[in-house]
Amino acid sequence: MTNYSSSELMCVNAARLLKDGDRVFVGVGLPNLTCNLAMRTHAPNLQMIYEAGVIGARPSRLPLSIGDPTLVSGAASVCSMYDIFAFYLQRGNVDVGFLGGAQIDKFGNINATVIGDYAHPKVRLPGSGGSQEIAAWANRCYIMTPHQKRRFPEKVDFATSVGYLDGRAKREATGVRGGGPLVVVTDLGLLEPNANGELILTSLHPSTTVEQVKENTGWALQCAEKIATTEPVTEKELHILRNLDPTGIYLKGG
Amino acid sequence: MSKICSLKEAIQQYVKDDVSIYAAGFTHLIPFAAGHEIIRQGRKNLTLARATPDLIYDQMVAAGCAKKVIFSYMGNPGVGSLRIVRAAVESGQVAMEEYSHFGMISRLQAGATGLPFIPMNQTAATDLEKNNPNIKRVTDPYSGKEVIVVPALNPDVAIIHVQRCDKNGNAHIWGIIGEQKEAAFAAKHVILSAEEIVDESVIRSDPNRTLIPEFIVDAVCLVPYASHPSYTQGYYDRDNKFYLEWDKISESSDTVNAWLQEWVYGLKDRDEYWKKLGDETHKRLQVKPRLASPVNYGEY
Repeated sequence: MTNYSSSELMCVNAARLLKDGDRVFVGVGLPNLTCNLAMRTHAPNLQMIYEAGVIGARPSRLPLSIGDPTLVSGAASVCSMYDIFAFYLQRGNVDVGFLGGAQIDKFGNINATVIGDYAHPKVRLPGSGGSQEIAAWANRCYIMTPHQKRRFPEKVDFATSVGYLDGRAKREATGVRGGGPLVVVTDLGLLEPNANGELILTSLHPSTTVEQVKENTGWALQCAEKIATTEPVTEKELHILRNLDPTGIYLKGG
Repeated sequence: MSKICSLKEAIQQYVKDDVSIYAAGFTHLIPFAAGHEIIRQGRKNLTLARATPDLIYDQMVAAGCAKKVIFSYMGNPGVGSLRIVRAAVESGQVAMEEYSHFGMISRLQAGATGLPFIPMNQTAATDLEKNNPNIKRVTDPYSGKEVIVVPALNPDVAIIHVQRCDKNGNAHIWGIIGEQKEAAFAAKHVILSAEEIVDESVIRSDPNRTLIPEFIVDAVCLVPYASHPSYTQGYYDRDNKFYLEWDKISESSDTVNAWLQEWVYGLKDRDEYWKKLGDETHKRLQVKPRLASPVNYGEY
């Protein structure tokens, strides 16, 4: 039995969702590790795009910030922020966006702005950054987050970026170009939208249970007819990940 | 015409109380030396616009320079919360105006190109729009569908740090070029701080790299290491250790005030600041060269 952290489990499962040749809008931390893992296993031609304006980054060290100089040296191209959002994201040149947030609700809407009321918040969070546009315009979106009840309310306090609003048809009616969140990868399993855009449990990681997932979800979670079990994390995947983050800055979590 | 002056003089002349500023740079080239000079000169009631307020505005808000922040991501990048700006907007002591990154940068793009506003596609997320009256919808006259519009942002002063420029202000920037060009063209006045001031012939040897032309520049200040703890591509590294330390320093106003006293008020200028950082930090932030292949412009 291989030992791994929750963060490692999420990275491995998210990496498996990426396809060779995907152009991925990457954030720092776990998404960055996820993409690097995919590039070193089944997706050598994956292109990493950063909102700082870097295309085809080949970082030689683990970046702490999204604007780290290591992303620039050896990259295929560097452009302005306006260009990265307009020419790449808005125009439809990004296959995959990774998202996270303080809250993710039943329809995959994400809150990264405030807990409580906007004008008088209980907790003020950093805000959108690029996530409002990534969620709308990337062809596919994946969400990575630890599975905790407070992170999965029935409805977000503030929709910083949207999944399926309150039903898939609502999102489609707005005419936004991207397909919305396809998978939410947590440390317990995978949630995927049903025909109406509601997130349901479709896979469990080895040794987790449906009850555990339901207990840690803030709405009455529905389950797929047949719940799959994700493939165990391999030694090879762990070895690659730990070489990327040798001191465990991001991977130690959980 | 040479526009060379000290950073102190440039701030005295262009950054008056009550003006709006855009201290440019997405993680890269953040003009910390200018921020510290503004703090030393005791400026008040400034409107501080930046996509990511970063530590530079955290420090300026802590020093009481700000009446308002305009932003799109209020965090300490890669670390966590931007504690001082956050506390100031939570308490209402400092007003705020919030966008997504693309909304914020589109405002500069409109300002830089002389447009009154600029359209962007919908994102289906409407909560920010409901809370910020500057984000509006108009009907596309060609398709009949709705698009989002944001108004031009034209700051009174843009402050831009660059790798090198000539004495007139023609500036080369490379690495992450975030929103420097847009901020410079959008602003009424432009202050450049530069790692190096070079002969005009150096600039003319590589004209594609000139993002900012002299005729929009008001002041040119030679300030090596001006962007620490941010970085200058090819010159010195980002001081990630300090970004992590700031998370602790900014936990209490006592430690923040002591830090401002030691590292801003207690020092004359950036030269003193860089010396005070010491050999160990200098060595830690050194970068090995990695040169681009030369390009051939041709002799015509």
